Amino acid sequence: MTSPLLEVSQLCKDFPIRKRVLRRGAPETFRAVDDVSFEIAPGETLGLVGESGSGKSTTAYAILQLVKPTSGSVRFEGAELTELSPSELRPMRREMQIIFQDPYSSLDPRLSVAEIVAEPLEVHAVGDRASRRTRVEELLEVVGMDPTHARRYPHEFSGGQRQRIGIARALALEPKLLICDEPVSALDVSIRAQILNLLNDLQASLGLTYLFVAHDLAVVRAMSDRIVVMSRGKIVESGLADQVYDDPQHAYTKALLAAVPVADPRRMQAERERRRSIRAAGATL
Amino acid sequence: MDSVLGMALLEVDELRMQFFGQHGRTRAVDGVSFSLDPGGTLAIVGESGCGKSATALSIMRLLPSRNAEIVGGAVRFDGRTLTTLGRAELENLRGSELAMIFQDPMTSLNPTMTIGAQIVETLRRHLDLGKAEAERRAVELLEEVEIPDARRRLDDYPHNYSGGMRQRVMIAIAVACRPRLLIADEPTTALDVTVQASVLDLLHDLQAEHEMALLLITHDMGVVAEMADDVVVMYAGQIVEQAPVLELFDHPEHPYTEALLAALPQVEESEVRQRLAAIPGRPPSLIDPPPTCRFAPRCAYASLDDGCAASMPELREIRPRHLVRSAHPCSERLQLAEAAR
Repeated sequence: MTSPLLEVSQLCKDFPIRKRVLRRGAPETFRAVDDVSFEIAPGETLGLVGESGSGKSTTAYAILQLVKPTSGSVRFEGAELTELSPSELRPMRREMQIIFQDPYSSLDPRLSVAEIVAEPLEVHAVGDRASRRTRVEELLEVVGMDPTHARRYPHEFSGGQRQRIGIARALALEPKLLICDEPVSALDVSIRAQILNLLNDLQASLGLTYLFVAHDLAVVRAMSDRIVVMSRGKIVESGLADQVYDDPQHAYTKALLAAVPVADPRRMQAERERRRSIRAAGATL
Repeated sequence: MDSVLGMALLEVDELRMQFFGQHGRTRAVDGVSFSLDPGGTLAIVGESGCGKSATALSIMRLLPSRNAEIVGGAVRFDGRTLTTLGRAELENLRGSELAMIFQDPMTSLNPTMTIGAQIVETLRRHLDLGKAEAERRAVELLEEVEIPDARRRLDDYPHNYSGGMRQRVMIAIAVACRPRLLIADEPTTALDVTVQASVLDLLHDLQAEHEMALLLITHDMGVVAEMADDVVVMYAGQIVEQAPVLELFDHPEHPYTEALLAALPQVEESEVRQRLAAIPGRPPSLIDPPPTCRFAPRCAYASLDDGCAASMPELREIRPRHLVRSAHPCSERLQLAEAAR
């Protein structure tokens, strides 16, 4: 077995809760990520799934050192990221990129598409003006956009197109790991499928490794080799996607899967009756 | 079709609504007709910009008057024509017989008023209740929507409630006067799946108890499958397909409905790392839309030499109670393929 690209072990992240006036003792903290460990092999997609507040996004940010982990270790190609200084971290950032949920707020409205996609190249001083321009055109083509639109601005594009721009920007530095934080939850169903297929194609052609963070279980299934389920900061279940979906072990995973509405009216009616009988028996879902 | 029997609670007849702005008029709702029986559930499903919410807002007459206008058609509710009703009558109707809940329970509640005060306000606006009596009713309503410890929670403010709880409060306010029709615009889109399931169950139970009709606006085919008796599929301001829920999922006719169902990732009985059937392109602009089939540019079956690229297909009844607006409905394509063999 090849060595993992990313190793997260016993990762914890505490956030301070505002101290109440006159309350003595140590400041209270809220543990958003609690003892999270997993590995991702090169070329693999790990799906990180959970509801709001489960700590899945904080985990992603802590891996990238966008929030400083409270404790635990994040090793990327063997290098311990939590111990690196900001200047040592800089070259590592080229290898790890992220795309965000909201293609509306994550692109600078004052920059043209070309400037947005070229920005990481400039920041890391890659190439000269001419080579950067060629690279931007290449990247736009890779994500299925018309390179002649490079001089337009984000507001001229639909949500799906904007997400493509975000992906082009993330790919500019040829990262090894791409963290996708709810990349399609703001998109319509028909557009969502386009973007998911694009991400799968890019992985195949560029050999990318994905950490795919999402709340939508069906979307995560469509994308992932292995799954980690988080609830209240902790991993409650992990395993091969097939195993977790077809034979969930943890009660939380079972409840989560049972709650997903599927496009099958007969099934949904049966599900409702089942939930009703559980409630009648006095249990809560 | 149901209106023939004089049974329908809500009848929407060739409704046309337009937004106007500096770029022209957007035909957001472009000739939409459907009816809803007392106690029934009709789901309008479609993607952003298809006109589903605009239809709901048109029915409630909640459109911003500075940039939106109903330009044609009629909405009848229990014999009254909502589209021409005076302001005072309309306000008496809204919140009592006709209620609406929205996607975001955070912005629909007043953050400066206690939950109790907001429920009491609605009750006393429409019903002849004293303060104490209204408060007693408010507790009952919170209990009905399964808010634990309801009496104490009455004095809390919206920020003390979670998202799911807030949507329950919105539902409590909406059903306070026992409306005959509840319009729910993406009521669970902002909620986690487990919370969504319980809120949908609650809506379903309330409906059964009070014979309340539900007009459900959603983008989620799973929610449609769970809640609807009848389904209207909208695309680019128009109805492209309409059918009872089992018929629609068993035999989708419109290429758009088929593509929408195929584009859904499945949570079960599926391949891991599945490739999804994406629909290429995106919907047309509704400012001066082409006079042809609006789905044709994205349709897998449209071709230059057939009717749909030349004129707008009519919404026609392909089977009893099953309407479709397409020159290439699934069953006819199958017949053609059969004949060719």
